[in-house]
Amino acid sequence: MNDTRLRTPLGRIEGLGSAKTGTIHFWQQRLTAAALVPLSVWFVASALAYVGAEQGAVAAFFAEPVEAILMFLFIVAAVHHMSLGLQVIIEDYVHKEGSKIALIALNRFACWGIGAAAGFALLKLAVGAPA
Amino acid sequence: MDHNGQIPGPGARSVGKPRARPLSPHMQIWRWTITMAASITHRATGIALAGGTLFLVWWLIAAASGPEAYAVFARVAGNPVGQVILFGLVWSLAFHLLNGIRHLAWDIGYGFKMSTSRLTAALVYVFSLLLAAGTFAIGLMVRAGLGL
Repeated sequence: MNDTRLRTPLGRIEGLGSAKTGTIHFWQQRLTAAALVPLSVWFVASALAYVGAEQGAVAAFFAEPVEAILMFLFIVAAVHHMSLGLQVIIEDYVHKEGSKIALIALNRFACWGIGAAAGFALLKLAVGAPA
Repeated sequence: MDHNGQIPGPGARSVGKPRARPLSPHMQIWRWTITMAASITHRATGIALAGGTLFLVWWLIAAASGPEAYAVFARVAGNPVGQVILFGLVWSLAFHLLNGIRHLAWDIGYGFKMSTSRLTAALVYVFSLLLAAGTFAIGLMVRAGLGL
């Protein structure tokens, strides 16, 4: 490599180069955003029809295959998008390395905990015994 | 000067000892602009929506748990405090959705001109409020039994 002008002496001697995964966060944030445009419109439109409805009507809605699959996709895309977005906020404002790593881990646990709870409820509605 | 005869620039590192580098001015120095407001609102509505997922999970669990649990959720969602929270979430989603589309347009290279960027920021504020108000009005109509 002849890049002696752009790299610092320490950078050159470490010779690590790029980690090759620098864009994955950015890309997944955009991919989930693009997926959430139609999914969130579908979700709000669907939820609107059940304002003030009985529990049985809501349960019957999520027992439909297409609705259950769309809701599953909505939950996964929303939770992933949320965990990526909140992580950027943590990285922006928390500068102490230990706290930052702990909060990033906690954020992932919390987001996917929420996702698992939503997913389990949906699974119960979609394939469980009628309440 | 280091052994290459170069003066170490701001990019130079020495192991274990971070250099004091010049920092950009802090937020409160800048004059407020609508593009800056939209950026901050995007982040704030994102945080609000993250909190809103708890509401969503409660709705699904209540629906999966049976009529009694669902009635508790419906009572909370229907009382004035619940309605204010719900309207906040509906507007947050409308803003984050519309401004998110603005971000996606930037990602493929459109809308960078300052005048365009200011205009789209203003449009996002106006249309997110209209969208949220319209959505909420339909919700109230459905609840009143006027149907869709």
